[in-house]
Amino acid sequence: MSGAQPPLRWRLRERGLDGVTLLVLPGVLFVLALFIYPFLYGLVLSFHPKQGGALANYVTFFSNPYLYDTISTTLVIAVPVTLLNVVLSVPVALRVRLMRHQRLLTTILVIPITLGTVMVAEGLLTYLGPRGWLNRTLLEVGLADSPIRLVHNYWGVMLSLVITGFPFTFLLTLSYVTGIDPSLEQAGAMLGARARQRFLHILLPLLAPGLAITLALAFVQAFTVFPSAILLGAPAGPTRVISIAAYQAAFEQYDYSLASAIAMLMAGVQVVIIVALLAGRSLLFRGPASSGKG
Amino acid sequence: MRRSIGERLWATGVWALVVFFVINLLAMIGSVVVNSFGTRWFNTWLPAGYTPQWYALAWNEFGLPDILLVTVEVVGAVVLISGLIGVPTAYAMARRDFPGKKATMLLFLLPLLVPPITYGIPLATVLYQAHLAGTMWGVILANLVPSVPFVILIMIPFVEQIDPRVEAAARVFGAGTGRLFMQILVPLLTPGILAALLLVLVRTIGMFELTFLTAGSTSQTLVVALYYAVFAAGVRPGQSVDAMAVVYMITTLVWLLIALRFVNPTQIVTRAKR
Repeated sequence: MSGAQPPLRWRLRERGLDGVTLLVLPGVLFVLALFIYPFLYGLVLSFHPKQGGALANYVTFFSNPYLYDTISTTLVIAVPVTLLNVVLSVPVALRVRLMRHQRLLTTILVIPITLGTVMVAEGLLTYLGPRGWLNRTLLEVGLADSPIRLVHNYWGVMLSLVITGFPFTFLLTLSYVTGIDPSLEQAGAMLGARARQRFLHILLPLLAPGLAITLALAFVQAFTVFPSAILLGAPAGPTRVISIAAYQAAFEQYDYSLASAIAMLMAGVQVVIIVALLAGRSLLFRGPASSGKG
Repeated sequence: MRRSIGERLWATGVWALVVFFVINLLAMIGSVVVNSFGTRWFNTWLPAGYTPQWYALAWNEFGLPDILLVTVEVVGAVVLISGLIGVPTAYAMARRDFPGKKATMLLFLLPLLVPPITYGIPLATVLYQAHLAGTMWGVILANLVPSVPFVILIMIPFVEQIDPRVEAAARVFGAGTGRLFMQILVPLLTPGILAALLLVLVRTIGMFELTFLTAGSTSQTLVVALYYAVFAAGVRPGQSVDAMAVVYMITTLVWLLIALRFVNPTQIVTRAKR
């Protein structure tokens, strides 16, 4: 230590490093050990297959329709349900924002998120089943001649994702909508803009960044649907989603290497879609429109 | 501002949609509750009679006492440990600017953005290699992965609300970091800690994927046991599965109601907004 330079402790403190900063270490080490390390371990493991060269797992996946079809099966469930949930959330959130007693509605809507997918699956099995209340109502009203099959197929999974997914996208959208300064819309109305014009030219551009994030989060959740695809769907065929393939590889064939490869592909598809969404957002909406929170 | 007929029709349509959704949601929950008390239910709106016997059956056949005990132990440990790691980390994140802070923030966001089944499979693989999966500690560690970052992200704004001069005053009077925490910060942060830990509690009771991938036969929590009960529904009467579902619903919703005294419902989904 030279006389001209202040002690190391002081210099570190200048840069924001002192005893208090060290308190981040337990949190950082924990996430590194139990999130980053397993993920990297899985990535490396996926290139060390039980037999064959480094890429054998990925070759197996993309040459076996029973495996690679799971990607399209999952997308066929996840994409429509994500779009439906987000498209329904926007008008509802815009209306609920004007409501004085929002708390009751938001509390009711947070229930399915809290109950989780397993409970919703069991509830829908009872409610949508051939002898459930929904089919009874349809028969009584005369909308159907015989019970409609809504469980153990595509529609069961779809409806379970609406029940848990719509409240999620709605609450997220509501938090973005309430962040928009209402005086902006009032100014538009004062200048003679109709409701549709106010929505298209004022609210939508302000809402777009939030909507892109909502879409991304909702898609990722729907894409990793797992318990309801087994309990409410037809896990051998039409709802054999990618998470079922990964689970079966790991816990039925005990091929952790293949399972890791499928998990990495799952993560890869999510990353591609999210990057596309966020890139689209910055292409379409630029400039000060995104700083409308006040 | 007078509203045109079109606008009023639109508003009515939106409300009809909300009412339709809520009715279906409540009917779904209602049919589980009614079925769990029903004797025989065939081609009628309501069961022929009511009985509490399915609860006794579920209690004995599914081994509910053991499952509830495991659930309490796992959830308790997750809440306690995520608080102990998360609160000090959040304090440092809120109070200090250090090189690499943005990267650290991203590190805490990732486990909340990546869905559990994606990282759960590699995590379970690592835990099996360490001979931890299948034990209670394996389940606790897996459940801590999203809980610790969740506590950190919830607590940062609560710490930022506290006037730093209060801490400076305590330091001037000679309090060390430990004492500062116990006597100044924890009392001031109580509302935030309570909110964060209650939300962790509700989320851990309902966390299916991570527990499912790491639990053995003696370390199942309620939600995983419910999954197996629904999965093997043909083996037992449907009413006893629904009785178990009601026990699960009550366990979750009681804590949700308590949590909602301290947080806004929108906060339950918006944790990872930024």
